[in-house]
Amino acid sequence: MPSPFDLVSASIVAFLFISLVSAFLARHQRFLVNFSSLLSAAACLLAATGGFLAVLSGGVEAFVLPIGLPDLPFYMRLDALSGFFVTLVGLLGFFVSIYSAGYLRGFLDRRSVAPLIVFCNIFMAGMILVLIADDAYFFMVSWELMAVSSFFLVFFEDEQVQNRRAAFIYILIAHIGAILILLSFGIMAGFATGFESFRGYTFEAMRSAEMPAVWASIVFIAAFLGFAAKAGVIPLHVWLPEAHPAAPSNISALMSGVMLKTAIYGILRVGFDLASEPQWWWGGMVLVFGLFSAVLGILYALMQDDIKRLLAYSSVENIGITLIAVGLAMIFAYVKMNTLAALAMAAALYHMLNHAVFKGLLFMGAGAVLHATHERSMEGLGGLIHKMKWTAPLFLVGCLAASGLPPFNGFVSEWLIFQSFLLTPALPGRLLNLLIPLGAAALALAAALSARGFVKVFGITFLGQWRGKAGFEAVEVNWPMRAAMMMAAASCLALGVFPTHVIGWLDSVPQSLVGGGIGMTARASGWLWLTPVASERASYSAPLVFFFIAFVIGAIYLAFKARRVNVRRAPMWDCGFEKVTPRMQYTATSMSMPTRRIFGFVFSIKESVRAVARQGSLFFPEKYIYHLKVRDRVWNYLYKPVSEASFYFARRVGKLQHGRIQIYLLYSFVTLVVLLVFA
Amino acid sequence: MTGQYYPILLEALQVIIVLLGAPLLVGWVRMVKCWTQGRRSAGLLQPLRDISKFLVKDTVLAHNASWIFTATPYVVFGATLVAGAIIPVVSADLPLAATADIIALVAIFAVARFFTALAGLDVGTAFGGMGTSREMMVSSLAEPAVLMSVFTVSLVSHSTSLSYMVHDITTVSFVLRPSLAFALLAFVLIAIAETGRIPVDNPSTHLELTMIHEAMILEYSGRHLALIEWASMMKLFLFASLGISLFMPWGIAGIDDPGMIPVALVALTAKLALLGVGLVLVETGLSKMRIFRVAEFLGMAFLLATLGMLSYFILE
Amino acid sequence: MDVNFAAQINGILAALILLTSFGLLVQKRVYGLLHIFAWQGLFLSISTAVVGYSTGLHHLYISALLTLALKVFALPYILYVLIHKLHIHKEVEDMVNVPTTMLIGIALVIFSYDLMSPVRELSSLVTRSTLAVALSTVMLGLLMMITRKKAITQIVGFLSLENGLFFAATSATYGMPLVVELGVALDILIAAFIFGIFFFQIRTTFDSLDLKEMEKLKEEE
Repeated sequence: MPSPFDLVSASIVAFLFISLVSAFLARHQRFLVNFSSLLSAAACLLAATGGFLAVLSGGVEAFVLPIGLPDLPFYMRLDALSGFFVTLVGLLGFFVSIYSAGYLRGFLDRRSVAPLIVFCNIFMAGMILVLIADDAYFFMVSWELMAVSSFFLVFFEDEQVQNRRAAFIYILIAHIGAILILLSFGIMAGFATGFESFRGYTFEAMRSAEMPAVWASIVFIAAFLGFAAKAGVIPLHVWLPEAHPAAPSNISALMSGVMLKTAIYGILRVGFDLASEPQWWWGGMVLVFGLFSAVLGILYALMQDDIKRLLAYSSVENIGITLIAVGLAMIFAYVKMNTLAALAMAAALYHMLNHAVFKGLLFMGAGAVLHATHERSMEGLGGLIHKMKWTAPLFLVGCLAASGLPPFNGFVSEWLIFQSFLLTPALPGRLLNLLIPLGAAALALAAALSARGFVKVFGITFLGQWRGKAGFEAVEVNWPMRAAMMMAAASCLALGVFPTHVIGWLDSVPQSLVGGGIGMTARASGWLWLTPVASERASYSAPLVFFFIAFVIGAIYLAFKARRVNVRRAPMWDCGFEKVTPRMQYTATSMSMPTRRIFGFVFSIKESVRAVARQGSLFFPEKYIYHLKVRDRVWNYLYKPVSEASFYFARRVGKLQHGRIQIYLLYSFVTLVVLLVFA
Repeated sequence: MTGQYYPILLEALQVIIVLLGAPLLVGWVRMVKCWTQGRRSAGLLQPLRDISKFLVKDTVLAHNASWIFTATPYVVFGATLVAGAIIPVVSADLPLAATADIIALVAIFAVARFFTALAGLDVGTAFGGMGTSREMMVSSLAEPAVLMSVFTVSLVSHSTSLSYMVHDITTVSFVLRPSLAFALLAFVLIAIAETGRIPVDNPSTHLELTMIHEAMILEYSGRHLALIEWASMMKLFLFASLGISLFMPWGIAGIDDPGMIPVALVALTAKLALLGVGLVLVETGLSKMRIFRVAEFLGMAFLLATLGMLSYFILE
Repeated sequence: MDVNFAAQINGILAALILLTSFGLLVQKRVYGLLHIFAWQGLFLSISTAVVGYSTGLHHLYISALLTLALKVFALPYILYVLIHKLHIHKEVEDMVNVPTTMLIGIALVIFSYDLMSPVRELSSLVTRSTLAVALSTVMLGLLMMITRKKAITQIVGFLSLENGLFFAATSATYGMPLVVELGVALDILIAAFIFGIFFFQIRTTFDSLDLKEMEKLKEEE
């Protein structure tokens, strides 16, 4: 019986092997697609099983790989926390691999898919390596492997200028983040053994390092900001809505679904494991960033008319929700309320699992729509439910889950987070008691707005009538894509209906991080009832809700069947106007108009209406031209000044360039002298 | 009677009360409204007659209607009825009350709303889209107020489980709590918005520019319409009884106290009748407000609920 | 009526005073403003009477009566007459929109609570928990004066601020000595008359009661 670590490392080897072989199979495109997808799916299953078992056992496995630089071997470790994230990567990777088998066929007659497959497998391997790395050096190497491979994936359709730009912004912000992470590891290593030895770079040494509170806080802030840049936390999120839509949809699913989670993994690893005791205000900071990301993320999402951009912004929201739970867990952990910390932590983990599955599903669905129509803007879609009879219900499941509606999975984790919020009055600080409920209200707003957003996505894309070019017939996508979406949708339902099992499984993670668990109390009243702390406090029975709603629907259906009435088809109600066209439907822009009006101060909105009049007549315009541009305010306030400043400095520094070899030699000489004097 | 069948009987009684009580409550509200406006009413049973009429009529579907459109009435009715099986109306001992706490209950109503909103977009008329857009705006703004109100109530009762909240309020000796008073006010505003009554929405309008809920269900007919109408009546009934259970449950049968059920029934009827009169007074006294004033209305609800939370910590 | 029950009633009244303070912030009509202000005076007066009853300090009854006469009837009436005579526009004009003002208001309440919690620990009076509310009322009155454009709304803000001070006195030390209270009451009344005269002056000078006009009074550069 192989150990979990064996399974996970076997999957890494498999990913690297696939990418190596794929590089040589570029001539046999069709074979390559099937072969690589099948093998990746198998490797993902290996990883998922390994991660699953690691969480189940709650044990720790460490391994030292004696390669790399001399005296700097790679340390690896698989504990419950890593195992949980490996499961996430493996599970979504499995769905996406199967999906890719169908999705990549769409590229076959246009371009070679070999680079995509090569980098995708490196990307998968990189993510898993990040999760099992147990020293700073190996961690950073894996982190870069992940960042660079995903850069090439975003770059894949490089003929479009916005994709190149997106990839550039992505790699830029990823590296700013990486610098901060490196800084935080450096400080910890310094405190672990001092800078004389390299021993301090292992996580093991950092764990046992004694750090003054101030330095611990600096470490955490640096790490948090570094990881936040990767996670797309507002205001460091600007790359996300550019890069995720630019990548092919299977890659978007992976990036949104699991790559962002590796950053949360980093925050948890540093905050709870490496940087000794969390302070309460770390939690407060994480909470505030989380709240801003959640509310602003979904508000920006509502303004989009490109499906994939909307989904990308919704990922910002969900990362925010996760961070809210992480922040609460930190606050609870600080005051040693271990059970409540475990509740918040379990909620965060559960939400990440859920988000991976439903966002994966939604991106796969968006990919299916793109595959079928080659149209990304919702304004050119509509009525697809009649053409895509499989994709539509599956996408609907994703929408329901993402809106946090029972009995699907998104609801369970949001419910757990609300429960953690409702337990905050137990905290000793009275000021916190007053402030935290406002956070709960903000979360409620975000959750409700996301329902609004997903009504818009599904309603405008799949319902109503076709808004695009006349005569275009969309066709349903092929079987591998459908199968992958079906599996993801089934997981959404299963994760939503059997929460007690999931919580029992992942309980070992909070056990190891905050020293408390809710596995016992959550299942105290049997597997049917989820009771986070006690049944007097709150309970939710997902299976029963699901069963009873299904039962009532079935009963009415049968009762109606028993006594038939005529069902006629007729034209829709048009107020006697008779010339109703699909262009008169509500559009994505008009759907979000109330939000634009109420929350207008959040965006920078440029709106203009121009009437094009017939000659000489002002009163009978021929048509109206409506133009709307909604942008992140963050661009103007944060990024523009920074980019202008850096251009300014670049120009200044550019004056050093003379093109004469002697002057360059002079620079080197001066540097040498300075170093010799001061070193 | 405290045998093993007691929970099942109680649950059955509850479901029957919800199913039949809802049309009666709506009938009562319409009757009182007629009286206040000097008209003759159609009687207490008219909503029931309406429903039974819709049930036997032919159904007309638009050409473009998809399965979402036909499935929505079932889902809406199912979700609402399940919510009805969860809110304790006559006895705190309701066996299914533990199925969902108050937050999950709000989410179950949200399922119904989500599908109604989709159905509004399904046919592809401008009205449906308009209704959907507005409905989702109202509901998304109501949500923070709902949560804050729940937060305040759960501060007092240390629970979000409906049975325990009711139990807590009925058994603990009476204390004047400003927090609960504020939460109640906020809840009333939210309930008005959620059930689509004046001044937020007008259930009896069919004027294009003012509809919210009616705009989404404009295309429904026959038995589909019956289900939707019935569900929206139940929603009104359930919000009323939720308010009663949370803020003035006195008279409800306690845990292990089946003998109180007849008394509880009478108390419930009296309270609902009073609430109905109050609703009519509000609806006759106010006019429907402009759609973007609704944001301020719900902001007020949020403010009240927040003041409730604050005054719990400050004053109690 | 035992002390505990009186404290509960006082708590409710404090909550209502807080509510009316917020009401003043969100009210859009000038007459509505006056009504809410009158209600606030009424709650204040009842609260004073309740404190007087439960502590047996009978001079508080006089304060209560004074408050009732002055803040529920006299001042709103004077302001009403002023508005009527000056033909003031019926809508309140604000510089910061209502939801933002509301959120700032909530933040101020939390701030006052935090500020007052040490006092709360020290005091032993039954009314001590209402101190935070009193301070919030003061702050909200100030906030109202800051965020509104018209002079008349500033008066109401000022008066509500004074209500807060009065409430603080009642809840912190069971009221000020009677002499002081009489003096303050007289001051307020006189202030109201002076304001009235000023309004006429301002209007005859600028043809408006919008305080923006006052900006012209600075020295030209």
